[in-house]
Amino acid sequence: MRKLVNIFGKRSSWALPYALFLAIFVALPLLLIVVYAFSDNDGGFSLQNFVKFVTQPEAVNTFIYSIGIALVTTFLCILLGYPAAYILSNKELNRSQITVILFILPMWINILVRTLATVALFDFIHLPLGEGALIFGMVYNFLPFMIYPIYNTLQKMDHSLIEAAEDLGAKPSTVFWKVTIPLSMPGVMSGVMMVFMPTISTFAIAELLTMNNIKLFGTTIQENINNGMWNYGAALSLIMLVIIGISSLFSDGDGQNVENEGGLI
Amino acid sequence: MKKFFAQTYLWFLLAMLYAPIIIIAVFSFTEAKVLGNWTGFSTKLYTSLFAGGVRHSLLDAIENTFTIALIAAAVSTLLGSIAAIGIHNMHGRKRQAITFLNNIPMLNPDIITGISLFLLFVSIGITQGYATVVLAHIAFCTPYVVLSVMPRLQQMNPNIYEAALDLGATPFQALRKIIIPEIRPGMISGFILAFTLSIDDFAVTIFTIGNQGLETLSTYIYADARKGGLTPELRPLSTIIFATVLLLLIIINIRARRSARKLENKI
Repeated sequence: MRKLVNIFGKRSSWALPYALFLAIFVALPLLLIVVYAFSDNDGGFSLQNFVKFVTQPEAVNTFIYSIGIALVTTFLCILLGYPAAYILSNKELNRSQITVILFILPMWINILVRTLATVALFDFIHLPLGEGALIFGMVYNFLPFMIYPIYNTLQKMDHSLIEAAEDLGAKPSTVFWKVTIPLSMPGVMSGVMMVFMPTISTFAIAELLTMNNIKLFGTTIQENINNGMWNYGAALSLIMLVIIGISSLFSDGDGQNVENEGGLI
Repeated sequence: MKKFFAQTYLWFLLAMLYAPIIIIAVFSFTEAKVLGNWTGFSTKLYTSLFAGGVRHSLLDAIENTFTIALIAAAVSTLLGSIAAIGIHNMHGRKRQAITFLNNIPMLNPDIITGISLFLLFVSIGITQGYATVVLAHIAFCTPYVVLSVMPRLQQMNPNIYEAALDLGATPFQALRKIIIPEIRPGMISGFILAFTLSIDDFAVTIFTIGNQGLETLSTYIYADARKGGLTPELRPLSTIIFATVLLLLIIINIRARRSARKLENKI
């Protein structure tokens, strides 16, 4: 009993229950993906799942197409989102805090409800569902996730640097390209991660927005898992994880900005 | 002039972001099965959602969504806060390892988290249902609680806790009287974050919900959409959800700004 009290008296051991929880519900499941990916249906070691992926043109095409869609979405989000974040953070151009809230608000609505709304919009203006709807829906869903981190970094930026550049004779456009943009890069990077990652891994959104006509990689993975092809599904998940790992290398990605999502509250 | 263009751009983007939601809200006040047909003003969809002879299956889905979110958020807050105190007092490799593990669910795409947990549950042979969804939600919500509590601990003066112990408080008394009041704001925002994340979730839920007929709002919409038509009652429901979230956020922000102003006045 005394020993027990000692253990809990030491506060560093308070993390033990959570460490155990993480081991069972985070580390072990990820390990299982790797194990399933590298084994055949009987449980023996095998590379057949990866061979199957490489030799199936359909799967590879879906994979490349999904990356393409994710890149286009991310690019459009930067294009539309950066000016918005810039205006929102600029006190001369926008004073009202309400507009900021209005931009962040959609992040709190269930993603399927939002997608449903996009489908409704396309029905309403009699536009066909398809690739266009898919890209619009993706941008619509993820734009707030691009605006918010950029807005955050722009707001925290040291404005004396801009004033210094102006005092030293830089034109407004030079100030923007040489000072504002470089200083806001961390925000852009975390925005890219928050848009690219979910777009590359979505599955339901694409089905709803294209009436099941366009398949993204996430859908392929989900279908395989649903149809009992766990090993192949796990292998595809692993491939997706590798892509995401590679793309996060390009950002400063240490996950610090993930918490920004809740920064409003 | 510049300001005019800037504001126009902002409102143009907002119009794009809100057009779908507004259309849903408008068409929640008409009876037509298909969205886009206006058959006159009616609140029939609202009444049939709440007062229909048979309880609408959507209400079950909503109830599940909320109870799951409440349980998951409560457990995550408890687990995460205790863990944060522990991690705060850890050093070196151990601390790095647990921080690394804690970051994984936040960096992982939802689909990967979902599939990995699905494989875990089928491997140990647990029937998937309510309990597995709750467990899965705790797994991806707790890291956010840890992240919102940690900064509070770092800002805390460690001497106060030591002083309490020196003055004869038991560790539990010191926890209750010193640490918890200091980290309470972090716990509250962690709870709110966990709750919204859980309500919002689709990808993790769909892989861990099993096939016992359990539905949350997300899986309900998904199943509905796959069947072809969308239940008209989803329109009033989305409208209500949207209005509630809007109201809550506005209240939270007004309160936050008021307390910030109070603080400024004090200083």
